[in-house]
Amino acid sequence: MTIGVVIAGIAGLFAYAAGWLTPNALTPARIVNTLEEVNGRHPGFRRNHAKGVCVSGYFNSNGRGTELSKASVFQPGRMPVIARFSLSGGQPEAADAPDTVRGLAILFTLPDGEEWRTAMINLPVAPFRTAEGFTDLVLASAPDPATGKPDPARMQGFFARYPESAKAMELIGSQPLSSGFENSRFNSLSAFRFINAAGSVAWVRWSVAPVQPEPVATTRLDGTNKNWLFDALIASIHSQPLAWHLIVTVAQAGDPTDDATIPWPADRRQIDVGTLTIDRVESEDTSPARDINFDPLVLPNGIAASDDPLLSARSAVYSQSFTRREGEPKNPSAVSTAETAR
Amino acid sequence: MANGPTQFAVLSRILHWLMAAMLLTMLFIGVSMVASLGDYHRLVAIHRPLGIMILILAVVRLVNRMFTTLPPFPPTMSDWERRVASASERFLYALMFALPLVGWGMLSAGDYPIVMFGPLHLPPLLPANRMLYAVLRETHTVLAFLLFATFLAHLSAVLFHTLVVRDRLVHRMALWSIRFHKAKIETD
Ligand code: HEM
Ligand code: HEM
Repeated sequence: MTIGVVIAGIAGLFAYAAGWLTPNALTPARIVNTLEEVNGRHPGFRRNHAKGVCVSGYFNSNGRGTELSKASVFQPGRMPVIARFSLSGGQPEAADAPDTVRGLAILFTLPDGEEWRTAMINLPVAPFRTAEGFTDLVLASAPDPATGKPDPARMQGFFARYPESAKAMELIGSQPLSSGFENSRFNSLSAFRFINAAGSVAWVRWSVAPVQPEPVATTRLDGTNKNWLFDALIASIHSQPLAWHLIVTVAQAGDPTDDATIPWPADRRQIDVGTLTIDRVESEDTSPARDINFDPLVLPNGIAASDDPLLSARSAVYSQSFTRREGEPKNPSAVSTAETAR
Repeated sequence: MANGPTQFAVLSRILHWLMAAMLLTMLFIGVSMVASLGDYHRLVAIHRPLGIMILILAVVRLVNRMFTTLPPFPPTMSDWERRVASASERFLYALMFALPLVGWGMLSAGDYPIVMFGPLHLPPLLPANRMLYAVLRETHTVLAFLLFATFLAHLSAVLFHTLVVRDRLVHRMALWSIRFHKAKIETD
């Protein structure tokens, strides 16, 4: 009797810890289920930012980052990077559109075997503060089967529930959209902590700012090509290496570090810590970047997470998406090997 | 048999309770982190180094077991009970090695750096390979659930002997010395 109670008690505690007794709580698996319900299941593809192309090159660190962080990526020198440009959304065959959110995920290979992974987008602030906000936005902006467009009433309901998202959207809407991947600025949005050799901590956000102001490629492709944004990027890389400055923005006391929907004041100190050069492009079909999880919390010593709730949530959800897609058969990428070779 | 030890060696007993606590903690951290959004990162950052600590201790424990004399089973244990107990001990030893090795191997196959703490990280155990990652990730879950089930069975058996048969089975593993019970057990 006592034995039965003890065993059942431990088993019950285990079931509770595993979330089996709280079927309505939001978990990484349930967020990925939502993405699959809204976008359909596309085996082998990322559950978000499903459409993409892989690139590689190097990062030249100028040493200025060492003031803030002891991470070896900021020691002067050059290190290899692999990266992936993507469009947000869970449909790997979606047609390119100028207002679809663009992503750039980068993996820096540090000299001592450490890695730094970061997944950034071209928005100035995040349109949601938490994973709950993300999931509700995915649900609210799902196309209405009748019109093929998001239901305005549901979007209104979403903004009423998440006023911080309404404010962020206003800011996002007020900024001009760059014309291509090549001239986009990509932002970490979330804050991170930099720890330097003396042990002092700075709260930062980072961005990569394009060196090339206008699209390099002259062959703008017409709207009948559903990969026109990617094809322009590919043509640019074939014509000359593309470059971005890695800019670190340093917070001052009182700047929000746990809310990626709020921009930091424009006068905050910015440090250019080096240049990212992209000189090779490859389809997902052949690149190792396809099977990399650009988890924003794979960080080297000297960079650490902030209290931004998006970071741990993204790490958990990306892992779930990664585990599902790695176990599935692979299907060819919309941006094919033939396309990246041109 | 009468001259054999009645308790496990001191180091064995310490290792037993230390690793029991660590493994149970790992099981609870494991299942709660994969269901968690806010605590995932904090928990997984503990899970990896703690799991590798278990692997190191498992080596120490196996070597220790090979060089110490085990106390005989008490006479209150029937033949089949002894066989089941020995088999489950061997299975638990296998899991103490397999779980952390699979954890390390799956992160290698998934092309992750295997971060311990600070700049300290482990080299990959296996080459990056998507299918290998998927299989090992699944294996990690299955082995963890088997460990939990075996632990529950082990606990039930010891509780049964200690509370129902009242043969002081748990004293064999008690952290304190029980020399003064020795006479009693031997005459039983
Ligand atoms: C809690 C909120 C978010 C959720 C649940 C989420 C979910 C996801 C998922 C499931 C993937 C696919 C991961 C994979 O299979 O490898 C992904 C990819 C991506 N996400 Fe997020 N995301 C969130 C917020 C953000 C934010 C704030 C940013 C930008 C700062 C971002 C940028 C990206 C990028 C660039 C990729 C593509 C990475 C690649 O190329 O592999 N996401 N996201
Ligand atoms: C020593 C004993 C270990 C035990 C008992 C254990 C237990 C667990 C459990 C119960 C889970 C959750 C499985 C699920 O519900 O799907 C898990 C997941 C995981 N474990 Fe372990 N583990 C151990 C060692 C390790 C080691 C050494 C590593 C890595 C170095 C590791 C890395 C992981 C990772 C990365 C996950 C899942 C993360 C995800 O899918 O997002 N584990 N582990």
